[in-house]
Amino acid sequence: MQRVVWLACSVLWVALISSCGRAPATTHELTFWTIGREGEAVVKLLPDFEHAHPDIHVNVQQLPLSAAHQKLLTAFAGGSTPDMSQLGNTWLPEMVALDALEPLQARVDRSTAIKPDDYFASIWATNRIDGTLYGVPWYVDTRLLFYRRDLLKAAGFDAPPGDWAQWRRMLAALSDPQRHTYGVLLPTNEYEQLMSLALQEPDPLLRDGNRYGNFESAGFKRALTFYVDTFRLHQAPAITNVEAGNPWSEFGRGVYAFYLSGPWNIGEFRKRLPAEQQDDWLTAPLPGPNDAGIGVAGGSSLVIFRTSRHQDAAWQLVEYLSQPQVQRRFYDLLGDMPPRRSSWEGGALHDDPKALAFREQLERARPTPAVPEWERIANEMQLIAAQAIAGELTIDQAAAEMDRRTDRILEKRRWMLDHAHPDAGSGR
Amino acid sequence: MNSRRAAWLFLTPALLVLGVFFLLPVIAALALSLTDYDLYALANIHNLHFVALQNYWALLQRPLFWSALGHTVYFVAVGVPLSMGTSLGAALLLNSPLARCKPFFRTALFAPVVTTVVAVAVIWRYLFNTKYGMANFVLGHFGIHSIDWLGDPHWAMPTIILFAVWKNFGYNMIIFLAGLQAIPADLYEAARIDGASAWRQFRHITLPMLGPTMLMVSILTVSGYFQLFAEPYVMTEGGPLQSTTSVLYLMYDEGFKWWNLGSASAVAFLLFLIMFAVTAVMLKLARRGSEA
Repeated sequence: MQRVVWLACSVLWVALISSCGRAPATTHELTFWTIGREGEAVVKLLPDFEHAHPDIHVNVQQLPLSAAHQKLLTAFAGGSTPDMSQLGNTWLPEMVALDALEPLQARVDRSTAIKPDDYFASIWATNRIDGTLYGVPWYVDTRLLFYRRDLLKAAGFDAPPGDWAQWRRMLAALSDPQRHTYGVLLPTNEYEQLMSLALQEPDPLLRDGNRYGNFESAGFKRALTFYVDTFRLHQAPAITNVEAGNPWSEFGRGVYAFYLSGPWNIGEFRKRLPAEQQDDWLTAPLPGPNDAGIGVAGGSSLVIFRTSRHQDAAWQLVEYLSQPQVQRRFYDLLGDMPPRRSSWEGGALHDDPKALAFREQLERARPTPAVPEWERIANEMQLIAAQAIAGELTIDQAAAEMDRRTDRILEKRRWMLDHAHPDAGSGR
Repeated sequence: MNSRRAAWLFLTPALLVLGVFFLLPVIAALALSLTDYDLYALANIHNLHFVALQNYWALLQRPLFWSALGHTVYFVAVGVPLSMGTSLGAALLLNSPLARCKPFFRTALFAPVVTTVVAVAVIWRYLFNTKYGMANFVLGHFGIHSIDWLGDPHWAMPTIILFAVWKNFGYNMIIFLAGLQAIPADLYEAARIDGASAWRQFRHITLPMLGPTMLMVSILTVSGYFQLFAEPYVMTEGGPLQSTTSVLYLMYDEGFKWWNLGSASAVAFLLFLIMFAVTAVMLKLARRGSEA
């Protein structure tokens, strides 16, 4: 089977090379998988790299986000993983469980270009699974509030909300279901919003060494109550992101006064809203139960695969992409925020008022549980939360159901932890 | 004896291909469904356990499996009669001596079958958009409030059914058309001489003569519709509130999204058993019907 795959790959490869004309004679042919839009931007950064390293030729392959997860797992099963890849930090534990990634601590220790202290601590921590480092953060992502300054001011609020109580008062003042205006847009099929609220509570989302769900904790129930109440009070419409259609123009028209989303929307709002409205909107740290500014530590890292035969070349590319000036160019191209503090000290980010809230919140971001099953758990969490929004479940019922499903999903993990196989790479 | 050996010799290539590409994978999948093959087993085969029928047992206790089965049965129960009715109606119209431009209409009505489901889904998603869609625009003219076709859990499945029927009816239409053309014209002639109305001709000549075609088409359609996947995959991704998650969709999620190949295989075999039972019952009923 592997033979056949290899054969097919090599035939394809030959076809690819001959169709692109003669590639220059290089010693390292580096395959780099990117996910989503990053691939388009990174190819613009690569000519400089290849110029500095004439012996390395980088072959970028773009995977669409919807197919990337599957493709990575299938590549592992078929023994055809690339040399290096971009990897979302919620997928990292999964690839580590498969023992597919090369540990990077030794390379980081030797490196002069990459300084761990310069990185936002929680982002760096998401790349460390059970004490071993597997990735270098490439860009970061946290969810916070985009808000309409003019609408808030008109309603008598001079500053964005500092905690949930203040936020609730503003939402109440800015929502009018009769006129189809709502305080905030929270698409019911995205789990990031509820997860961001839940991470602000002190209770962890999983308990006992990530063996069981912890959704029945008082903290999570508070977050879930706040989230569900927002819909029940008609301060957010109970719609999915498919139905939300064009949230940018609706934000511009004042349908929503708040929008809980990520850094890429800075660029979207700049592009999609007219020039005279650009001063009306701003970003603010996400309000929490007591104070504002804690959110999820998301983003993507650069990883090197264990089976790669060009690990040194791949590491050189990781170092290149981690340089502050390259990260600034990357931000200019795409709006992906750099994970290094020094990258923020120059360029377009340095005094961008719209990015300031992100800079603050990134210092206090919190990672999601580092288990391979997390994405599935978060999906189930959101499905149950959507049922609670629809009024089918109470808060207590929903929390109990989340724990029940999570415990079932984690069943094999518990077994793995209790019967760690001596030579199993995944027991860690 | 010699001719028997020759027969086997001729059969060998076909049997070999069937064995390697059909029987072997099926047996492997059956074996897989008795294990807990998952991400951890993919990492290290030592993490694989034999769990006997636990996957099946766990599935039968999962509300999502039952709701997925419910959605699938709903799709089959409404979609199959609707689809066959449309096919038969279109075939009758095409077969009518009054019809003009037959080749054009035959091609036009068959066209949806050969179009790509993904491309067509994009257009249908526009047609059924809540705010800008043609469907709501037309309804608006009759004073009917706009319907959230793909976003409302109650409306999503009917929309999917409509889409599937439109996409698939042309195929059965061609089969029905062939069946209709095989009915001898003198039967109708005799009926007309006896003064039978058009409805009675349809009821007592067309339908009985189409019987065997009907049976085959219904079995093919039922087994095809039980395997509902592509339509919700491209239109709704199983949502809203999982109201368009079919059994096959559940299998895809389990197997390829979460990599639980053990329980995904169990879903596949349960679906196979259900389809097998349904077609067996249909055959039995048809046999009893023809005996009576």
